[in-house]
Amino acid sequence: MKKVFPILAIALGLVLSLVLTLFAFGLDVPRSLGLIFDGALGNRFGLATALVRSTPLVLAGLGMVVAWRAGMFNIGGEGQYMMGALGGAWIAQILIPIAPAPVVNIAILLVGTVFGALFAAFAGWLQVSRGVQVVISTILLNFVAFEVVNWAIRGPLQEAKRQLPQTQSLPDAVMMMRFDPQTSLHSGVIFPLIAVGVVWVFLFVSKAGLKLRFVGDNQDAGKANQLPTGRIQISAMAWSGGLCGLAGTIDYVGLVGHLGSGHAQNWGFLAIPVALLGGLHPVGTLLSGLYFGVLFAGSENLARFTPIGTTIVYVIQAVAVLSFVAFPRLAGEWVKRTSAKKVALAGSPREGVE
Amino acid sequence: MAALEFAANLLRYAAPVSIAALGESVSQKSGVINIGLEGQMLLAAFAATLVGSRTGNPWLALLAALLVGLVFAMIQGFFTLRLLVDQVVIGTAVNLFALGLTSTLFRVVFGQSGQLVSLPDLPKVFGPFDLGMVLLLPLAIGITWFLTRTKPGLALRGAGEYPAAVESAGYSVMGLRAGAIAFGGALAGLAGGYLAIASAGSFAENMTAGRGFVAIAMVTFGRWKPIWVFGASLLVGAAELTQFLLQAQAVGIPHQVFRAMPYVLALAVLVFVGKGTSVPMALGLPYRREK
Repeated sequence: MKKVFPILAIALGLVLSLVLTLFAFGLDVPRSLGLIFDGALGNRFGLATALVRSTPLVLAGLGMVVAWRAGMFNIGGEGQYMMGALGGAWIAQILIPIAPAPVVNIAILLVGTVFGALFAAFAGWLQVSRGVQVVISTILLNFVAFEVVNWAIRGPLQEAKRQLPQTQSLPDAVMMMRFDPQTSLHSGVIFPLIAVGVVWVFLFVSKAGLKLRFVGDNQDAGKANQLPTGRIQISAMAWSGGLCGLAGTIDYVGLVGHLGSGHAQNWGFLAIPVALLGGLHPVGTLLSGLYFGVLFAGSENLARFTPIGTTIVYVIQAVAVLSFVAFPRLAGEWVKRTSAKKVALAGSPREGVE
Repeated sequence: MAALEFAANLLRYAAPVSIAALGESVSQKSGVINIGLEGQMLLAAFAATLVGSRTGNPWLALLAALLVGLVFAMIQGFFTLRLLVDQVVIGTAVNLFALGLTSTLFRVVFGQSGQLVSLPDLPKVFGPFDLGMVLLLPLAIGITWFLTRTKPGLALRGAGEYPAAVESAGYSVMGLRAGAIAFGGALAGLAGGYLAIASAGSFAENMTAGRGFVAIAMVTFGRWKPIWVFGASLLVGAAELTQFLLQAQAVGIPHQVFRAMPYVLALAVLVFVGKGTSVPMALGLPYRREK
């Protein structure tokens, strides 16, 4: 019961923030909800879109869970997502002429993950050894990643005809398997499920995860217990960047097939609220990522019939985050104040004085 | 004459980042890192667009932008100062909110495709320069003077270094930080308004395109010293301008190198010079009054 209540409260809050946002934009709420439902859950096309949109949200969201649990405020998910896709595109260009398609596919996923991991670990290393806060360095590295990709897709990785600023499209054989050629559903949507399991085991079963959470809760206590705080923080960033990189790579090799400058559609930023609303827990992040995947797919349908597009989901997410951080504290403050008043009325000299 | 034109162009690109970064340096000096700067700028740019296109008056548009920046900064400040919510969490939420709200409203108000809106430009006060460009350097000097030569400025810096000591000296850390946030928000609003009115003359979805984050980065690059922060922002403007010039002349160096330069340099300064003594010690840390 103790665990069920907060989950119910969050679920109710998520639905409420959806309804309130639709209402605030002057939409016909029941009709809009119907359009969103049809667009995401009404048929196999919608379901496929919802799962495909959830995939980067859950993966990058899990990345945020690991980093933030270790006390590393990684806000460079967007750059790590791009670096992952870049790594994938790079190894694809090398291997496609010489290796069989399945090998190329696996190599893309691996190299993309490693690129994201190294890029984030660099930011972790900067904090540990040079005292440059991850919050600042990941902001800077996001821009660096965008420019590196911008350069690569107009330079060494540009498509063969050298007309468009994007990489060569991957051959179908290299892409993730499509279950149904009419929908965008690809086999990459399994990765978030696997990743949830892996991250859960890492964080809550393995010794390394225990140490990571310990350091995140209290760095000084970690140092006092002679834990290698720095190494743990760097490895948390590597995990985080690896998951964000994998997200970018799967969108590349599963959905789009080529890399352009608009590849990261804010997935790396959106991952932060997804993780926060998931209570920084892997299972919660899976649920909140699925929920927002559904909303993105549904709002794409909403955009066909109203002037409101997918950007409304950002508002819903922000409202949800704000209310979840605000309400408990506002309520706490209110309880404190009213009880302080009562105490003051009762004339207790000790509690009434600040 | 060509040199003046060049300077004006440079300032037109540099001003939004520069104005926002100057406000952010005051905010950071008081111990508050405003990750929501990007969102405040974007909301303000939209407000300026709305007011500017309706009234045709650039000053009213800038005023609207300033107020929107101020109000959202204060809301954010309520969360961080009063409710002690993590500054990164709240800033991220504000950015998302701003991106979602402005993009959605833009399509609702100005049509599905977002037809081009044209806005009234700021009048030129001196040659090719408008008032925003002329006031940048005085603003940086004024902030420096306030932070280093006045008592409230000293107290404000204290709130970012060692809040408990400032509190015991009779100042309210929360009041000082609220003031700094308000100032930073007003300037973030002006920056967004200037971007829409003077730099772009129009609005586009996500038109700030990371400039708020750039401004945060330039505060670090400028070692939290307003004059240097202004200089660092000029570098961003120069990098943005050079890429257009270089694209026109097709020089061998990829223009992405120039675009990435301010960030790489900022990072390099942090890595090799270290944070030194200019970084506020209590930056990003919430302050809870001792009871």
